[in-house]
Amino acid sequence: MALPANDAPHTAVYKRHSLAVRVMHWINVIAVVVLVMSGLQIFNAHPALYWGKSSYTGAGPILALDPFPGWITLPDTQWLAMGRRWHLFFAWVLVLNGAAYVLYSIVSRHLSRDLWPSREDVRSIGSSIADHLRLRHPTGKAALRYNVLQKLAYVVIVFGVFPFLVLMGLGLSPSVDSIVPGWVDVFGGRQSVRTLHFIAGAIIVAFAAVHLFEVVVTGLVNNIRSMITGRYRIPGEKSP
Amino acid sequence: MSTSGGRRRFLWRGVAVFGSVFVAGCERLSRTTWFPPILASAETLNMRVQRLLTSRPSMAREYTEADLSPHFRSNGTAMPEDFGYLSQSQKGFAGWALHVGGLVESPLRLSLADLRAMPSRTQITRHDCVEGWSAIGKWTGVPLREVLARARPRANARYVVFRCADPMEDGDDTNYYESIDMDDAYHPQTILAYDLNGSPLPVPNGAPLRLRVERQLGYKMAKYLMAIELVESFDSIRGGKGGYWEDKGYEWYAGI
Repeated sequence: MALPANDAPHTAVYKRHSLAVRVMHWINVIAVVVLVMSGLQIFNAHPALYWGKSSYTGAGPILALDPFPGWITLPDTQWLAMGRRWHLFFAWVLVLNGAAYVLYSIVSRHLSRDLWPSREDVRSIGSSIADHLRLRHPTGKAALRYNVLQKLAYVVIVFGVFPFLVLMGLGLSPSVDSIVPGWVDVFGGRQSVRTLHFIAGAIIVAFAAVHLFEVVVTGLVNNIRSMITGRYRIPGEKSP
Repeated sequence: MSTSGGRRRFLWRGVAVFGSVFVAGCERLSRTTWFPPILASAETLNMRVQRLLTSRPSMAREYTEADLSPHFRSNGTAMPEDFGYLSQSQKGFAGWALHVGGLVESPLRLSLADLRAMPSRTQITRHDCVEGWSAIGKWTGVPLREVLARARPRANARYVVFRCADPMEDGDDTNYYESIDMDDAYHPQTILAYDLNGSPLPVPNGAPLRLRVERQLGYKMAKYLMAIELVESFDSIRGGKGGYWEDKGYEWYAGI
């Protein structure tokens, strides 16, 4: 597990993330960035959200926004056709990469070993929340493992929000709707599905914001290195 | 500590540079000739997978009168700027006829009265625009397969091309056109609609006749139909992509 430290004498270097997780993480980063930006491009073609089977029910939109600015959309000018090209291609990248990750996590026991909260984890939720709020983070070897809030966030995002987001995206397809006619009405109708797809995307963006914040406050360089090379350094500890 | 601070600053700068290069790169890629076709490969994948999952009889959801949109939104052309069309519209399309030709055994010329005399289908369906909105309307028309049964497509006919009356740009030969393949052409819900919500199709919605292809997006459902042409390929038709919006970069298969 531990690798010999090659520079600082009092720093131990551990392998924190497997190659598979690192590769899939960065593929996911690219896919999510492209999907969010191209998704906003598509949203800008009709920047309003509705609840129900159609947009024209007699009730107005539940939310009408100004179009998102060009710097946050892909392409950066109004170009729906190209936005759809990016979105529908990277949707496949996200789904295939995500499916590979889920499969890998189950088979390699990454899920049961590292992601699924243990009973002790669940008992420590309260103190973990307090620690997070005070920006007090696990140090030493405890930093090698995910903490309980981290585990819960990852499990909810990977197994809840992402599958829901994809399902709601598929619900926008008139062809996929016809596989089991009316299935989108379970979620309130096609326009509700569009709204839920947008909300799920917003949750992913919020997750990414918190995730990046935590990456910064718990040691930007060390965290990013461990997600690129796999190596995580614990200062003040002799290499075993 | 200072090295770690320097490293951190370096890393932040790296993230910023990487971010802007990434975004600029995506913009650049959108405008190359070689990259968009790679993105477009997803269209083929979507079509293969969706066609696999929606065998020919899979039906779009049909709604009830209670779900009808109070006003069915018109999009794109609302009034074709074409002298021939306008004079026909003033005469209630009395002299209008749909021409069916191309790779068929018996070319047809069908007046509105001919079409109304043929077997009809009424369906309350949801129209999903590529922009993101939906509207629900009640459509009555002739199933396209009834028309094809009379015209008898030749064995090499692979697509049905729809020619429309609405010019999209200045200049000659810019009229809207669209196309579907035989899978969709023979689908029971694919109709040539002459009524919307129980009344003759209004001009903003495509009078006197428009296409309904219920498992695809709105831009496939050509309005102001003038002629139907069966073809083997799109090569000789304008941009060669099989439709007005397709020639502008939209997917030919608009199932998603």
